[in-house]
Amino acid sequence: MTEVPVSYYLLLSAMLFTIGAGGVLIRRNTIIILMCVEMMMNAVNLTFIAFSRFLNSATGQIFVFMIMAVAAVEVAIGLALLVELNRHKRAVNVDEINSLKG
Amino acid sequence: MIQLIWLVIALPIIGVLVNGIFGRRLGHRVVAVVGPLAVLAAFVMGLGAFLELLGRGGEAVTRPLWTWATIGTLNIEVSLLVDPLSMLMVLVVTGVGFLILVYATDYMIHHDEAGQAHPDRDYARFFTFLNLFIASMLVLVLGDNYLLMFVGWELVGLCSYLLIGFWYDRPAEEQQPIDLGPDQEPVKLAPLLSPAASGMKAFVVNRIGDVGFALGIFLIWNVFGTLQFLGDNGVFVRAAAVDATLPGVISWITLLLFIGAMGKSAQIPLYVWLPDAMAGPTPVSALIHAATMVTAGVYMIVRSNALYSLTPGVSLFVAGIGAGTALFAATIALVQVDLKRILAYSTVSQLGYMFMAVGVGAYTAGMFHLVTHAFFKALLFLGAGSVMHALHDVIDIRRMGGLKNKMKVTYWTFVIGGLALAGFPLFSGFFSKDEILADAFATSPALWAFGIVTAGLTAFYTFRAIFIAFHGEPRDQHLYEHAHESRPPITFALVVLAILALLGGLLGLPAELLHEVGLDLPHALENTLEPIYLTAEHSVGAAPHLSFGAELGLLSTSAVVAIAGIIVAYLFYVARPAIPQNLVRSTRSIFNLLANKYYVDELYDLILVRPAAALARGLSEGVDKYIIDLILVDGSARVVGWIGGLAGHLQSGYLRHYALATFIGVLIMVSYFFLR
Amino acid sequence: MGLNLFFILAAIMLVSAFGVIFNRNVVHSALALLVNFGTLAVFYFMLNAQFLAVVQILVYAGAIVVLFLFVVMLLGAELGEAVPSWLTLRNGFLIALGLVLLTLIGTAVFENLIQGAQGDFTPEAIAEFGQVELIGSVLFTDYVLAFQLVGVLLSVGIIGIVWLARQQVKSEAAGEKE
Repeated sequence: MTEVPVSYYLLLSAMLFTIGAGGVLIRRNTIIILMCVEMMMNAVNLTFIAFSRFLNSATGQIFVFMIMAVAAVEVAIGLALLVELNRHKRAVNVDEINSLKG
Repeated sequence: MIQLIWLVIALPIIGVLVNGIFGRRLGHRVVAVVGPLAVLAAFVMGLGAFLELLGRGGEAVTRPLWTWATIGTLNIEVSLLVDPLSMLMVLVVTGVGFLILVYATDYMIHHDEAGQAHPDRDYARFFTFLNLFIASMLVLVLGDNYLLMFVGWELVGLCSYLLIGFWYDRPAEEQQPIDLGPDQEPVKLAPLLSPAASGMKAFVVNRIGDVGFALGIFLIWNVFGTLQFLGDNGVFVRAAAVDATLPGVISWITLLLFIGAMGKSAQIPLYVWLPDAMAGPTPVSALIHAATMVTAGVYMIVRSNALYSLTPGVSLFVAGIGAGTALFAATIALVQVDLKRILAYSTVSQLGYMFMAVGVGAYTAGMFHLVTHAFFKALLFLGAGSVMHALHDVIDIRRMGGLKNKMKVTYWTFVIGGLALAGFPLFSGFFSKDEILADAFATSPALWAFGIVTAGLTAFYTFRAIFIAFHGEPRDQHLYEHAHESRPPITFALVVLAILALLGGLLGLPAELLHEVGLDLPHALENTLEPIYLTAEHSVGAAPHLSFGAELGLLSTSAVVAIAGIIVAYLFYVARPAIPQNLVRSTRSIFNLLANKYYVDELYDLILVRPAAALARGLSEGVDKYIIDLILVDGSARVVGWIGGLAGHLQSGYLRHYALATFIGVLIMVSYFFLR
Repeated sequence: MGLNLFFILAAIMLVSAFGVIFNRNVVHSALALLVNFGTLAVFYFMLNAQFLAVVQILVYAGAIVVLFLFVVMLLGAELGEAVPSWLTLRNGFLIALGLVLLTLIGTAVFENLIQGAQGDFTPEAIAEFGQVELIGSVLFTDYVLAFQLVGVLLSVGIIGIVWLARQQVKSEAAGEKE
């Protein structure tokens, strides 16, 4: 196999990150926003692993390991909060969670 | 002692601090001791320094204190000059000042019928200001450079303002029109200004003069590069050289400085504040507006004799203004009905004499008259105050009469003062005034004419006041009944000043005249002041020395005129009162003009005060209210509020907005790092 | 061949990423996300990170996406927000911003050639010892503190969720009693 240069992976990761960021900004559904945040984290993971491969270092993969763990916890808690919020406000639209206005 | 000369200023300052800070708590008795004591101590110090100075032949000593500031090449030193001229002034200021302060300790207390003492509500404040004034005046006369003199100049102006307006909440007073008999309209008089307004007027008019003074100082600095009087680099030593290289400059300097003197020493056209200054307590009138502050202008010219002797033109101008003012003020004093105002215009007139003297180069004569005038004018004012005290602050002579029976000490001391003022032979005023007249005659008979006519008027109006107030039948029975002699502090001051007014002539005996007659008595003042004149030739007119005959003639003329004035006054107001009444009736328009002081105040009001007030109003309402308040102040507040409103949008409460903000922040950071 | 595979997978990944964003149905978005994660796993395999690839599938695709679907069903939020079109001015602006970021990173990536220290985690070593062993040896020696902290984090997370859930149960029970 011909080598895929590392910069391709990095660029791909950047594109995925950008798409995720765009999603966070554009969508108003909280669940979708959380999904996009996950996508952004995955993009970062890809970068780390690419570097780990091309620098022959295990640190990158260890870091990804940590990120995955944290992401899992974060999604769980985030969704739990969302459910809780839904109890009180019957809203999934992030615009309606505006008590912090002003 | 000379090295400790700064104590002379420090002691009154201590008085200021003690009376000013603790005065209320200490009570009027303590204040009454602290105030005069500080001045007495200063007098004693001054006397010691003076004697030491004489001991070493009168040569000037500079006592440097500290460097105030160094700005570029201008080095401003605070240092005091001990020489015969400054010490003379110190002695006069502290000596007369002490007497007046003693007087004031009782004057500022109102004693009621039962003998209960009610000190003035602001007793301590009064003595604080008086001590402050003494200290300021001493700075003025002891400074060894023009700047320090100017500092003292301004400070005394401030104290004058504070003291004139001492009773700041008193209102303006109407004056009773002068009754000219049943068939004529009474002559209306302008209302008297309130003390607050009078203080303001004094300050503003002085300010105008001060502009000239300041410009003069600037010019001195510009031309000489220094403001020091003495020393090899000082102004006086180099004046002649500068005059040679830059013709005309010294004339400008002397002229500008004289403008300052016009304001401070109440000469035409800036005299208008002095009569209104009578709104202040009488000790203030005596001290500031007779004996000391108003003489600052004269002192300044005498100090700057090196400059003035180089500019005969300006000096002649000074003499002319002096002569004109002397006559002008005397005519107004003829018909005034307010006892203090008579004395005020008399002061303006006598100051005119002093300027006439220094204008013709007779600096010593000017100083001599300054000293004798301090004695007898202070005496007269204090006497007037004693009368006011007895009559519950009535000052209108039309309500007085016959007081000589009830207030013997006041009467006799007042008479002595009056005789000195009139120039009655052998009293102090006689010697000083005659010396001035003789020197004036030597320069210009015209000046002398002004002087002699004024002398006659002076004698007349002085004794007019005495005869109306103290002789004859009381015009207000109720007031007369309650009148009584004043208490010891007041009478003490009166007596001491009377002695000085009587014997002051010994300071300046006409040595040459007496020599001709075989008496070898010195002109003490002349000998003392000799060292301060840098140029041997200090007479402007290069006075052809008068012959013995001429001098004697002038002397006798002065004597005769003085006596004549008194006799005419006696005639008019004691023997045949009908004469003045008829005279006034037939010259009603002139009388009106004089009684209303030539309407000068009204003229100034029209051409100066009103336009200035209009301008001020325009600026305050137009510029201040609209441009500054509305546009700048309110406007900036509104702009800030508007920006705040905009910024408030950032806190919308919407998560998405916050996310967007975060994203933009990240974008910026990334771009910074990547593009570096 | 590797390059071709890369491009194909990259295309799939990006398309599914767009699918996550621009889908009206939330469930469809979740499924697109699943595809995205899957392709990522393949990429990890390609990059010689087999262990993480499997973990990716297990945790992300297996647990997280499922969790998302659970919540969607629970809340009955299958239908996303009702917008007439995605092509609004605001969205355009945001997309432009995104493109800016992309350009920045892109230029950075292609200009600065990465040069770093070469570690000893070489493919040969992986082939010899096995990836899991190597990762394990690093994880439990050099990074054991981070490992423990992650454990703590997970515990805290669990406790928090259990607590939140208990609140819900309580309020439900309270609501039922009335």
